[in-house]
Amino acid sequence: MSEDRRTFLKEAGCAVLGLGCGLPFVRGALAITQHGSEEEAQSSSQWAMVVDLEKCLNDEVRAVSAAACHREHNVPDIPDPDDEIDWIWDEKYQDVFPDQVHEHSPAEMREMPVLVLCNHCTNPPCVRVCPTKATWKRESDGIVMMDQHRCIGCRYCMAACPYGSRSFNWRDPRAFIQRDDNGEMPSDFPTRTKGVVEKCNFCAERLREGKQPACVEAVHAVAGGEGALTFGNLADPDSEVNRILGEKHTISRRVSLGTGPNVFYVV
Amino acid sequence: MSDRTKVLIAVVVVLVLAAFPTWQALGAAGEAGRPDLEMPENETQCVEDTEFMTARHMELLNQWRNAVVREGDTEYTSTSGETYTMSLTGTCMDCHNNRETFCQRCHDYADVAPRCWDCHVEPGGGER
Repeated sequence: MSEDRRTFLKEAGCAVLGLGCGLPFVRGALAITQHGSEEEAQSSSQWAMVVDLEKCLNDEVRAVSAAACHREHNVPDIPDPDDEIDWIWDEKYQDVFPDQVHEHSPAEMREMPVLVLCNHCTNPPCVRVCPTKATWKRESDGIVMMDQHRCIGCRYCMAACPYGSRSFNWRDPRAFIQRDDNGEMPSDFPTRTKGVVEKCNFCAERLREGKQPACVEAVHAVAGGEGALTFGNLADPDSEVNRILGEKHTISRRVSLGTGPNVFYVV
Repeated sequence: MSDRTKVLIAVVVVLVLAAFPTWQALGAAGEAGRPDLEMPENETQCVEDTEFMTARHMELLNQWRNAVVREGDTEYTSTSGETYTMSLTGTCMDCHNNRETFCQRCHDYADVAPRCWDCHVEPGGGER
């Protein structure tokens, strides 16, 4: 009798232990399925941009787009490249599309300037690593937003972003914002402060008023810049971005990473 | 004068001196207190009543902040049914257009240092 009781207790103990070990897997599986359904819910609307590489070879087109963006958002102009803040800027083709070039690619193609900005990914790695939810993907329109009130400056998002789309404020940006003749800032958009991360927000504040992003509006005002940048809703089958994506050969950056960039390039 | 009286007088003097911070503060709060705030000239009604705004404007602003930045809402419906655009620099400072003589005076009095203007720009592009 005492032998049976002993065995029973042992077996019961093992069973409880076994169950305990299994629980995290169950929870993990649940989390994965929940995450999946969240992503589906987010696809209701998604802003996207198409960049025409050839039209953006025009130096003026690239310059006005960056200038308009940086004016709109009070982006500081810091000369030290270690500290500089960028929302939209140029990179060499070979650095933007490292998997599209090889050692025999023509040098002029590899060196070609390409406009880059935040890709507002469908599956943004920056959002996943943010410990405070200071950056998140907005469900209503797919913009990867920043809430500067919450950013603690840990820079995890910068490490996670494979495109280098984020900049950190190593110093107070206000001293480097280009003022007008009256010493006033170019825009009422809140500046950032030392110790927070910032990036392109697809001009969420302009979209709210029914306007196009500042860079898109600016390039259309330049001769030869019409159609250099096209902005629209990917979820709308009749949108201009969908028309271009359906007709032309377009690529996006480092597709193999699975981030799902929403900035596309007409090659 | 008996010893007893002397001791009593001494005790009273000591007590009065020890309570100096208390009665000094009581006296000062009445006169030196209350900052003189400049109110908007062409508007008498804030988004909520004055008592609420004085005590809880910071909560309202936090609520607006979360609604605008995180939810993308822009309109606030007050308890009186009026709708307002939720914006510190747009709506609040449209009437309270002088930060120094309104926000700052009271914040100095209350000895609080909110960091709104580390980032937010006063209308017209001014800085501080």
